[in-house]
Amino acid sequence: MQNKNNKMKLLVPLVSVFLGLLIGGIIMLVSGYRPIEAYVALFQGMLGGPYYIGETIRQMSPLILSGLAVAFAFRTGLFNIGVEGQLLVGWLAAVYVGVTVDAPAIVHIPLAILAAAVAGALWGAVPGILKARFKVHEVITTIMMNYIALYTTNEIIRNFLLAPGERTENVKESASLASPFLQSITEYSTLHYGIIVALIAAVIMWFLLWRTTMGYELRAVGFNQHASQYAGINVSKNIVLSMAISGAFAGIAGSMEGLGTYQYMTINAAFTGVGFDGIAVALLGANSAIGVVLGAALFGGLKIGALNMQSIAGVPTELVGVVIALIIFFVACSYIVHWLMNRVSKGGKI
Amino acid sequence: MSFMDILALIVPAAIVSAAPLIFTALGGVFSERSGVVNIGLEGLMLFGAFTGAVTIYYGEQLGLGGASPWVSFIVAMIVGAMLASIHALASITLKADQVVSGVALNFLAAGLAIFLTKKIFNAGQTPVISERISKSDIPFLSDIPLIGKLFFSNAYLTSYVAVGVALIVWYVLYKTPFGLRLRSVGEHPMAADTMGINVTKVRYIGVLLSGALAGLGGAVYVASISGNFTHSTITGQGFMALAAMIFGKWHPLGALGAALFFGLAQAISISGSHIPFLQDIPKVFLLIAPYVLTILALAGLVGRADAPKALGTPYEKGKR
Repeated sequence: MQNKNNKMKLLVPLVSVFLGLLIGGIIMLVSGYRPIEAYVALFQGMLGGPYYIGETIRQMSPLILSGLAVAFAFRTGLFNIGVEGQLLVGWLAAVYVGVTVDAPAIVHIPLAILAAAVAGALWGAVPGILKARFKVHEVITTIMMNYIALYTTNEIIRNFLLAPGERTENVKESASLASPFLQSITEYSTLHYGIIVALIAAVIMWFLLWRTTMGYELRAVGFNQHASQYAGINVSKNIVLSMAISGAFAGIAGSMEGLGTYQYMTINAAFTGVGFDGIAVALLGANSAIGVVLGAALFGGLKIGALNMQSIAGVPTELVGVVIALIIFFVACSYIVHWLMNRVSKGGKI
Repeated sequence: MSFMDILALIVPAAIVSAAPLIFTALGGVFSERSGVVNIGLEGLMLFGAFTGAVTIYYGEQLGLGGASPWVSFIVAMIVGAMLASIHALASITLKADQVVSGVALNFLAAGLAIFLTKKIFNAGQTPVISERISKSDIPFLSDIPLIGKLFFSNAYLTSYVAVGVALIVWYVLYKTPFGLRLRSVGEHPMAADTMGINVTKVRYIGVLLSGALAGLGGAVYVASISGNFTHSTITGQGFMALAAMIFGKWHPLGALGAALFFGLAQAISISGSHIPFLQDIPKVFLLIAPYVLTILALAGLVGRADAPKALGTPYEKGKR
């Protein structure tokens, strides 16, 4: 039984990805594009050369972190839709430290990332406290906190950090994750050291959840709040803690953008989308650290590859958004995948 | 600037920005009162805006003239209901997590709408329409002193339709057998099932109605405010409608009031800089006001807001 469960854990995402791509292909066919050509271009744009690989890995870093944020909260039975907002405050905090503080890189970079983590944790803790204290559902509060974060960070940039071009100054070189070395080995992609931070975070999430008492308590609360309460676990404390740690991962995801990809923060007219993509990544990765890394690789790659698909096969990049949505639907309705698998294993008999 | 001038500037603007929110929030009431969480309102509204923009454009080409926005409203309602049926299928029949399904619906709607826009028009946005819903004074009512100038002058007909629909939804939910069934399914599906109510069917109707009304909200937004569809036409109005529904305590008239109030906050944030008393308030406070208020309402600080009891839980026959 255990073995069969593990097999299903792997099969559901694989079948979902396959079905998502298949329906994406049908949509292309119906709208008069050539799906095979488009998918070939898509995969070349993902992995077909050092430059593309560099871009894919760069795209992965914030996705891994936002995926970890969603997955971590999921493990405690919480749905953190607020990753987007926590990411924005983290981004701002990292850039603020990056712009204003003077320190050698060995201190400056960790300090900026730490600031992002703390800002994200505080922003994430608010819905946690509201849930623990007032029983307010976290889905609604995190959505509301997203908009509050969007408008507030914009206002702070406008009033305190504004540089020409609706953005902040660049962070100082000592806070930058940019790497001429990584860029040079990937034919000058925008790859930066952020991927190392993201992978360390994945290990930390695994360690926290599976190798510490705290992680045991968090997971217990996720399985059954009442049983945990009865066993003497402080449920309220764990809810706040889980949201804060989740927010910290999201905040670090923001620092990837602030210290790595962009080196500054713009006044955002709308959300980055990285936080929402994190939900997709966590779902596909079945809320495990390794799954999140793989899910981020797939979705990050699809997003980067979409650019090549548009320029070569003429298919709008948004098709990838549709495919990702379909994949989430299929993972969410794993019921249908189970049903299909049973059908197949019975040899196609009706 | 006198106080009346200020009101005459803000109140009509508030009513205009509220109309799409009212429709969408009422959609949310139908879905959530039947027990199905609908985070997908944003995506449904977005796709309604896309459908509306396309239908009005082709309506104009076909010579429908001033009728094309109204035709587009019907089309957007049908398309919205069709899109919502995916959410219904996933979250009612296949018992998927309703929040996840709603999130996926938002992704799907955004991706598909821009994909189709690029496919059809070869550009990132639809052409700007010329047949908008026009502003007009309501005969007789606009002549009433004070009130007439504020509420019945220079306003879009769609805003009054929105208020009318809110009253109809209230009547349907609280004064008809169907409304009682819908609410009972959202509160205690097993009891409803025991009384011979088809829980699945009622929930499907609730979700499809929410799709139709959210689609209508999106189309109204295009026809009265934006004039075309781009990737930035609907950015958060659906979530704001969700907030209005919650702030209105899952009640149609509450949702109406909350949507009007949020519309007022939007109107002030846009035109507040012209108003002596309000120009000192930083705009950001007005922008975040709807969201902060919703959180406070949920925390019980501005009157307790309680969700339908069975909200978010799929119904399984025979399960205790």
